[in-house]
Amino acid sequence: MSIQPILLAGLDASTADRTWRLADYMQRGGYAALKKILAENISPEAVINEVKKSSLRGRGGAGFPAGLKWSFMPRNYSGAKYLVCNTDEGEPGTFKDRDLMRFNPHQVIEGMAIAAYAMGVECGYNYIHGEVWDLYTRFEEALAEARAAGFIGQKILGSNFNFELFAHHGWGAYICGEETGLLESIEGKKGQPRYKPPFPASYGLYGKPTTINNTETFAAVPWIILNGGEKYLELGKPNNGGTKLFSVSGHVVKPGVYEVPMGTPFPVLLEMCGGMRNGKLKAVIPGGSSAPVLPADIIMDCTLDYDSIAKAGSMLGSGAVIVMDESVCMVKALERLSYFYFEESCGQCTPCREGTGWLYRVVHRIEHGQGRPEDLDLLNSVTENIMGRTICALGDAAALPVRSFTKHFKSEFEYHIENKKCMVPPEVQREGSNIYVTPNRVPSC
Amino acid sequence: MLDIEIDGKPMQVAEGSTILDAAYKQGTYIPHFCYHKKLSIAASCRMCLVQVEKAPKPMPACATPVTNGMKVQTHSELAVNAQKGVMEFLLVNHPLDCPVCDQGGECQLQDISVGYGGGTSRYQEEKRVVANKDFGPLVNTDMTRCINCTRCVRFTQEIAGKMELGQANRGEHAEIMSFIGQTVDSELSGNIIDLCPVGALTSKPFRYSARSWELSRRKSISPHDGLGSNLIVQTKHERVMRVLPLDNDSINECWLSDKDRFSYEALNSATRLTKPMLKHDGKWHEVEWQQALDYVAHAFKDIAKNHGAAALGALAAPHATLEELFLMQKLLRGLGSGNVDTRLRQSDFSLDGKRSGAPWLGMKIAEINTLDRVLVVGSFLRKDHPLIAQRLRQAAKRGSQVSLIHSTDDEILVKLFAKAIAAPSQLPVLLAQVVKSAAEQKAVGVDANIASVSVTPEAQKIAASLVSGANSGIFLGNFVQQHPQAATLHALAQQLASIIGAKFGYLGEAANSVGAYVAHAVPLAGGLNSAQMLAEPLKGYLILQAESELDSANPQLAMATLKQAATVVVMSPFKLPAALDYADVLLPVAPFSETSGSYINTEGRVQSFNAVVKPFAETRPAWKVLRVLGNLLGLPGFEQNSSEEVRAEALSGKPEFVADQLNNQAQGVVLTLSSTSQGTERIADVPIHFADALVRRAPSLQQSRDAALPAARMNAVTLAKLGVTQGRQIKVKQGAGVAVLAAVLDAGLPDNCIRVAAAHPLTASLGAMQGTITVEAN
Repeated sequence: MSIQPILLAGLDASTADRTWRLADYMQRGGYAALKKILAENISPEAVINEVKKSSLRGRGGAGFPAGLKWSFMPRNYSGAKYLVCNTDEGEPGTFKDRDLMRFNPHQVIEGMAIAAYAMGVECGYNYIHGEVWDLYTRFEEALAEARAAGFIGQKILGSNFNFELFAHHGWGAYICGEETGLLESIEGKKGQPRYKPPFPASYGLYGKPTTINNTETFAAVPWIILNGGEKYLELGKPNNGGTKLFSVSGHVVKPGVYEVPMGTPFPVLLEMCGGMRNGKLKAVIPGGSSAPVLPADIIMDCTLDYDSIAKAGSMLGSGAVIVMDESVCMVKALERLSYFYFEESCGQCTPCREGTGWLYRVVHRIEHGQGRPEDLDLLNSVTENIMGRTICALGDAAALPVRSFTKHFKSEFEYHIENKKCMVPPEVQREGSNIYVTPNRVPSC
Repeated sequence: MLDIEIDGKPMQVAEGSTILDAAYKQGTYIPHFCYHKKLSIAASCRMCLVQVEKAPKPMPACATPVTNGMKVQTHSELAVNAQKGVMEFLLVNHPLDCPVCDQGGECQLQDISVGYGGGTSRYQEEKRVVANKDFGPLVNTDMTRCINCTRCVRFTQEIAGKMELGQANRGEHAEIMSFIGQTVDSELSGNIIDLCPVGALTSKPFRYSARSWELSRRKSISPHDGLGSNLIVQTKHERVMRVLPLDNDSINECWLSDKDRFSYEALNSATRLTKPMLKHDGKWHEVEWQQALDYVAHAFKDIAKNHGAAALGALAAPHATLEELFLMQKLLRGLGSGNVDTRLRQSDFSLDGKRSGAPWLGMKIAEINTLDRVLVVGSFLRKDHPLIAQRLRQAAKRGSQVSLIHSTDDEILVKLFAKAIAAPSQLPVLLAQVVKSAAEQKAVGVDANIASVSVTPEAQKIAASLVSGANSGIFLGNFVQQHPQAATLHALAQQLASIIGAKFGYLGEAANSVGAYVAHAVPLAGGLNSAQMLAEPLKGYLILQAESELDSANPQLAMATLKQAATVVVMSPFKLPAALDYADVLLPVAPFSETSGSYINTEGRVQSFNAVVKPFAETRPAWKVLRVLGNLLGLPGFEQNSSEEVRAEALSGKPEFVADQLNNQAQGVVLTLSSTSQGTERIADVPIHFADALVRRAPSLQQSRDAALPAARMNAVTLAKLGVTQGRQIKVKQGAGVAVLAAVLDAGLPDNCIRVAAAHPLTASLGAMQGTITVEAN
């Protein structure tokens, strides 16, 4: 099966870290879409229509149609409007935007400029996760290049289109990836999600209409403009246009970022990654740590698109595929995930603030041989009390792993509770978790 | 209007209402913690989740706007399950230490958990512990009990105007704290105690002293500033235990200033006077009331006989009740003396005889919020009128343009459109500039007296703002009332108001400033005012509820005069230290909590109250004392048997407002713009917690930041000119009086001015509040 990359087109894994500059991007045909729009005077409506036709869905996880989102922006608003790029990639297992920003930052800039043009926005921010500092500095450099070349700034390419873009870094809080938490953070406040409505399209950054999209979403836009929305849609499958980056981690031979068309069968992706490293596939979290885990038999029948994964009971999310083999203790894996959500809850609303700690402590207890027979029912009940009752989706994100792990791997949990020890022998676990530690990468200590 | 249905009951609500608003209107209770009617919506506690038809998830009632045809279930299975789920979460980390918690019995968490909590906890893990914080002397913290509703955080930011609290850290580590090393210093800080739905924030002065169910609740009125805040005074065993606000949206809303809330501590102070006292042979003796009153009656009769009744004078604090003031003036006038005054800090009385009525706010308090243009002249707004400042803060937030003309540039915490700061002697010229500019902009004739002033850009900006308004208000603060050119400032404000069609009025200094005029406790034709009574020594003085050494415009002069007087009778709840020197008779009279009476607040509203506790020891209500004194002096018209009878006589009936007696218009004022001041001018504020005898004796307030020692504050130019080093102790002098104060740099002050607070023992030896002052550098 031949795969046509869009986002990573023209990039060579061995040199990609050196070919991110403007000149390289131009050589790959960069900024042609922006030039085309301005040269041919394509109307903003037409740009939005093209994106609508492409069926490009938000790549941050929720999968909201991008064109539709853009059309929510008030057209004749008299004050400032903002465009925000969400590069606050903080979910365990997700590292696709990191590669995009490292290897192709200008594509993001071009995509944002086109989006700004389509929505009549003159100011944008790219909010970059604080734990990948080099991305922030690199993006600042790329911005300087683009500014110098006249792709952003005043009167872009001699037109009347003005767009100023700024890089903004967070300090690593997961919750700042939630779009309204991100806006609060840009405003200099504590990153805590806002209650919606009002939605950012009417009350966003500094109270002004704001559109927020994921990095990958913006990066897909130039290709759509150059090649047409329909062509993009055809790459994928109906309602799931285009290609998607998948960050594959776990027990595969070649973990990394892969770009495949939407609707690609999961086994194909697994094969691209060189298959399982050792042992047999046990489970996959298909869309980042907040997506419900799927056991091997279910995931192997899925195709990689929003609808198929949803039908299987999980989420495509950000396309972070975490692959686990038989050496994984599912209780321990869940304990780690629950700890993450416990630590990253913003503390604003009650069910998440109090519930994530409760979930973690119970799972922790089970893992450490202190489980009680009623714990699984308790976990289920606590997740029910969290889900759908919080301000943002972090509550659900914390609850879903617990529910799916205890549902699909109930016997392991029961074994833990009953026998005060793990079903997977410790030496097997150790073997499994050590597979990436090659001799020359063992820390000196 | 929208048609909606709550729990099957149809109703109509205004567009923009939330489900919680609608439910409240209907009388349906939805449990909640973070929601508060006066604060922004957080929607974070999630207790108010209800079922909305067609919504897949339960919705927070506090934040969900109603839509036409919406059907809400507040007690459906889905709603109750959600509410119970949230309740369980709120309790997992709550210590459940109700038996030792001061909030017990008046705790929202306790109340709601009775309805929505489980009998036992499913949470068997370790609970969170949060370190307590130091919020200052008024608010106690038990942060482990906190449920992170953030009401206190939103209060400091939105109502008090300064974010003094925040929620630090994330998730379960989230905790409410002040800035590192800082306390909560707002003059409204006590309100966060009321707002806290759990026992995390409790009253430091009150804690561990009583259970809420042991307390009796009695209504009363605040005796402090001109607002007349409505109080609930809680008592136990004839002792005032604490004070809470009584909701009154047209006055104090649901707030109280810390002064109103915590001054009650003084009622139980050890400095209370227990028995009447007479000075005999230079020594004080406790005596019976009969003996004391006989003595006073004889003394006053003797003075009237030997020196004429005009040798008698009465000085009362404007914190005395209407009834007390009425009987006091009746007594003096019955004896034949018109020397009665309550305006103890005033220095310019040239408006007397030119007024058309009692000076007042010029509008209803609630109207302040609706003004679109405001000019405040001469006011330490936040400290003199904490809750009026709060109303202006809200008005400014809604887009009202608020401007300030004053002699200090304190942190006002109201978004100002423009401000002009000048030395006290320059305030008339500054205001005249605004008047002139406004007249020019409105193309009306400029008063010849001010035609020659040149308008500065700031004055023009203020005038332009006022001229552009549709509903403007001009307020004269305490600083104007105490100003040596108060009449000129008044006349200018009156001119300005008429030019721009604004309302203008006074921010009343004290609880009964308006009532004093209504009770005629001010000199009428032929009577001496407070300044004259002290400048031209009289033989006998009656001092009611005032602490002359701290409450006078010129305490130095007041002390000198009172010391030489033949007879000084002091009626006060307290054993005033200076009075032991200058007085001859001390009569223990009731503070507001121990007598019935009335205050007329700055908007002219008559607010009567009853005693909340029995008078302390031998204390008697002052109106009764005056009434008996009238009898002993053989004066007619002292037959009243109740304070209501006195009020009926003073007000002719029982009006809610004394509207017909209020009028700020004055005629025939001669404008004197020229500066009379030479040398360095003193700017004297009356610090919020030293403003009256009661608050000075409230120990917790005295530990707050607002009760800091007075300093000699001046700007860099003045410091340099006087050769004073910042931080050094310096001697400031007025006349023979000297005060040793720290020199402090205050960049907001005009040149050649030294700000030295009045009403404080440290500065009581100084002279006129707004006079010249010299510095002896050392």
